Amino acid sequence: MLLFLMRRLMQGLIVMFVISIISFSIQDNLGDPLRELVGQSVSEAERQKLRDEIGLNDPFLVQYSRFLGNALQGDLGQSYFFKEPALDVIFAKMPATLELVFAATLIIILVSIPAGVYCAIRPDSWGTKLILGFSILGISVPVFLTAIFSIYLFSIELGWLPSYGRGETTSVFGLWESGLFTRDGLLHLILPAISLASIMLPLFIRLIRSEMTEVLHTEYVKFAKAKGLKKVRIYFLHALKNTMLPVITVGGVQIGTMVAYTILTETVFQWPGMGFLFLEAVNRVDTPLIVAYLIVVGGVFVVVNTLVDLLYGLVNPTVRLARTAQ
Amino acid sequence: MSELTSAAPATNEAPEYKERSRWELFKRSTFWYSFTRDRVAMVCAFIFALFVSAALLAPVLAPTNPYDLAAIDIMDSELPPAWAEEGDERFLLGTDDQGRDLFSTILYGMRISLAIGLFAVVLQAFIGIVLGLMAGYFGGRIDSFLMRVADIQLSFSTMMVAIIVLAVFQASFGSELYSKLAMLMLILVIGIAEWPQYARTVRASVLAEKKKEYVEAARVMGFGSGRIMFRHILPNALSPILVISTVQIANAIISEAALSFLGLGMPVSQPSLGSLISSGFEYIFSGSWWITVIPGVVLVVLVLVLNLLGDWLRDVLNPKLYKG
Repeated sequence: MLLFLMRRLMQGLIVMFVISIISFSIQDNLGDPLRELVGQSVSEAERQKLRDEIGLNDPFLVQYSRFLGNALQGDLGQSYFFKEPALDVIFAKMPATLELVFAATLIIILVSIPAGVYCAIRPDSWGTKLILGFSILGISVPVFLTAIFSIYLFSIELGWLPSYGRGETTSVFGLWESGLFTRDGLLHLILPAISLASIMLPLFIRLIRSEMTEVLHTEYVKFAKAKGLKKVRIYFLHALKNTMLPVITVGGVQIGTMVAYTILTETVFQWPGMGFLFLEAVNRVDTPLIVAYLIVVGGVFVVVNTLVDLLYGLVNPTVRLARTAQ
Repeated sequence: MSELTSAAPATNEAPEYKERSRWELFKRSTFWYSFTRDRVAMVCAFIFALFVSAALLAPVLAPTNPYDLAAIDIMDSELPPAWAEEGDERFLLGTDDQGRDLFSTILYGMRISLAIGLFAVVLQAFIGIVLGLMAGYFGGRIDSFLMRVADIQLSFSTMMVAIIVLAVFQASFGSELYSKLAMLMLILVIGIAEWPQYARTVRASVLAEKKKEYVEAARVMGFGSGRIMFRHILPNALSPILVISTVQIANAIISEAALSFLGLGMPVSQPSLGSLISSGFEYIFSGSWWITVIPGVVLVVLVLVLNLLGDWLRDVLNPKLYKG
């Protein structure tokens, strides 16, 4: 187990290293920091002197190690637009994105498990056909179209739900601007969360269905049936437990993917989160902010993936043994 | 598991069938048989063929040329479809914010979306097949290295990688130059980002095929690895490739649309379905729903049809593929 843990950590470190190199080369090649500092009106000789002074003429490795040193201390430069440290800007927007992802995950869990289990238990019923038909439609509608169609229907035609922004937020312990505790905030959350969830729902329904179908054909389920256990108990206690194993791995990876799709959802709903911020930063060529976003999101991906792998190793002993044996 | 079912039943028959043409062989195959028995698949194939031919024939079918700035009158902008009250019968599906005929623009847009989807998948398939064959055939260090890279790349979603790469390129090129290179960039980015899908599938079939006797025989006869990989193993690994290809094209079209929607894809002057939807989105609040909704519906139908075809192919060719 320790060996497995070490290998995962090494892999995570390598990925972070690659991300840092990519981020650094972006910072190095995108825009001219001198112009941001002094403007156009400085002579060429003075520019050269200044370049030497702030170390822009140093060799690549020296510059990179300086960047890495600063990054490790949490200093990723000042955002050109906000005139604030880039990391602070990102962290200020993070709660909005996390709440969106949290709400979407909740929807996915609450809908996909019952739906998937139902499809496995009653493979030939109309309900199953309906759910599967809906899921293939769900796969085919891009997330931004789900968002647009739902805005058109629920905000413009029916006028039930707000179409953009986060609504009223309250401060939790002074560090987390939350929209989860006001009615207005929750109303604003509904459409974005459903849109974001819609991209993952079909995948999970199908996955749970196919895994569950397989489990239902195993000996121990037949045995449980023969023993006369209650059906509900067999399905939800014995069968579901073993269904959840692959679901955890896929689920973990998909949480990372969801961060990417927040960019789309947040753009459509003008949700003031990290993804929306990132696109704005791209349009303004706000390099430090772009780099900070890359590193933060890359970090989230690596942490989530490592945790999921570890979790999988913990719940599934065969993986643990197989990997140690290698 | 990966015998090419389409040809298998016919070639195994008695010698009298040898004379038949390829078309006849095809018509006798289980592939064609199950196709004619499946109504959903037939309807889907028909709709897809319709879309493809409409896209190919766009210059002939379209009433106006949306790229021709001289033919556009800004006074015609935001006209609703012909069946609506204020509709103009010159414009069947209405016009967009610049006064372009929406029907023509959608035809041309579909052309771009399909082309990007297709070429991106060809690129994916090329990289994925070569690397997957190598990983599966040589095994050892090459295999574990390639698969580790594939794992890592898959753990970052395609969308994320594509958004970041395109964003950085757009920021460094400037949007003027970028809009000229957009199509090439989209193909490259979507093509490169998804190769692990192919590589994994191919590798899995190669591992199964490698142990079979015909590969041994080829090796004993002294053929080189390249020849064995491409001429002997690859033809036997084609059906899973075919299955994922339809789904991959659908995914590539969705990715392209999403990227264009974010403003990182095709420019407004040369819109794909995604950029059309994006340009109409601002006007949806003022009641001009058709600019967004009609291309949106076209996009959904196109992708849905491809996904249904992919599902059907999977069932026919290889029911156990997705279990690997």
